[in-house]
Amino acid sequence: MLAPGRAKPKPTPETRHFWEGTKQGKLLLQRCGDTGKAYFPPRPFSPFTGSRNVSVFEASGRATLYSYVIHHRQVPGFTPPYAIAVVQLEEGPRMMTNIIDCPQTPEALVLDMPLEVVFEPLDEEITLPLFRPAKGGK
Amino acid sequence: MLKPGQIAVVGAAESTKIGVVPELSQIGLHADAALNAMADAGLKPSDIDGVACVGPMMPQQIAHYLGIVPKWVDGTGVGGCSFMLHVRHAAAAIAAGYCNTVLITHGESGKSRIAATPRPPEPESLAGQFEAPYGPFGPPTLFPIPVLRYMKTYGVTHEHLAMVAVVQREWAAKNPRAMFRDPITVDDVLNSRMIAYPFRILQCCLVTDGGGALILTSADRAKDFPTKPVYILGTGESVETTMVSQMEDFTSSRAFRVAGPTAMQAAGIKHSDVDHLMIYDAFAHLPLYGLEDLGFCKRGEAKDFIWERNTAPGGKLPLNTNGGGLSYTHTGMYGMFALQESVRQMRGTAPAQVPGAKISVCHGVGGMFSASGTVVFSNERP
Repeated sequence: MLAPGRAKPKPTPETRHFWEGTKQGKLLLQRCGDTGKAYFPPRPFSPFTGSRNVSVFEASGRATLYSYVIHHRQVPGFTPPYAIAVVQLEEGPRMMTNIIDCPQTPEALVLDMPLEVVFEPLDEEITLPLFRPAKGGK
Repeated sequence: MLKPGQIAVVGAAESTKIGVVPELSQIGLHADAALNAMADAGLKPSDIDGVACVGPMMPQQIAHYLGIVPKWVDGTGVGGCSFMLHVRHAAAAIAAGYCNTVLITHGESGKSRIAATPRPPEPESLAGQFEAPYGPFGPPTLFPIPVLRYMKTYGVTHEHLAMVAVVQREWAAKNPRAMFRDPITVDDVLNSRMIAYPFRILQCCLVTDGGGALILTSADRAKDFPTKPVYILGTGESVETTMVSQMEDFTSSRAFRVAGPTAMQAAGIKHSDVDHLMIYDAFAHLPLYGLEDLGFCKRGEAKDFIWERNTAPGGKLPLNTNGGGLSYTHTGMYGMFALQESVRQMRGTAPAQVPGAKISVCHGVGGMFSASGTVVFSNERP
């Protein structure tokens, strides 16, 4: 269970499947049926074509570190310094997250390093997708 | 399409005091700036028939507070560049005959927080669901998110990003109203307190109180006003996303790439025509993105352009000549102050006046690369 204090997401009808997925240990993305391209954050239509022909699928959970900051001030739920990261998912979309099981330093957090998803409960309702250095590389 | 120079700024002023102004609430700062701008233009509230401001302040609050009966209002709120969009929309409205004389106001009690409105993301918004849980804490943690990717892509160093703050402090030293005026070095910047790596406190904007207001009317009427008219040659606007994690390119702003060239094409100017440039600098990377996205520099070359002092006092492209958000003032929505400096430069009244400047480009950002607005000004009607 993550330390209390983080901002808690409130799912909407359009995003509920994502948060149900993380609770079950699945990272669910969506795919445009016209172009085959994956997208995030969730919405019931394609951001590429406007088509409602979309589907939900489970992502591999593999990603690379795209960019980040290391925040040095006090924020509820966090022990500074902590990184706020954006990862590049293998399927294409990017998402904001935190990197765990890794020193929160520029030396340890190297851009383009391989990562894998881990699911950390915030409480009984919400589980967050976080990322850690990929085991044994990729 | 509006013709270049069809609309002019005939009144412009900042609040009487900027920086730390605990004696005024947020709406009081709007009103103080508005009264100063009306005095500058020789107008009374009854002469104004259009009002624009940005949420959380609504046009009806400003109109009622000042005693204005508007025929046209604009509450476009896309962050700190909203005023550039207000200028654009007001110019179109005046040309369309919807109104004659528009007042655009800004007031923000960013530091003293007197009747200020908090702006947390709602937990059911997309930013509330997909960014807020990971610990962002205001713009210093979000705006610099793309910087490491930009640095890796173009070989930008920490020293390059420190130089932005050093050069702007040189401009601020020439501005008596700037909050910070003492010279700083690259080492000073790199030894200042870490806020959100890679940025230290001297690479983050100030947090201040203040306001500003502009009055626009048709250029045909502009000669009847007491000050030198500042003509609007061209404007541009765009938005991208409220989530910095979702911007399509971390090394460039799509909103910049739409707004900037749209304004310059509408003005019918080339880069070499520009004498003075403002690029909203909430953080030290923004002038680099702006220089490249507006085409003043090729991709990856802005770091050297600034390092080689082209934007510094005496350089060929004076940039952020008031000292910018990093050293002059930054209430939260700084775009109004960038516009004020462009107007001063075109009037020839800026403390750090660029001699003979005839064309000024003023480029704003809203949110964390979420919006953009650009205005091209001139003191000559084409």
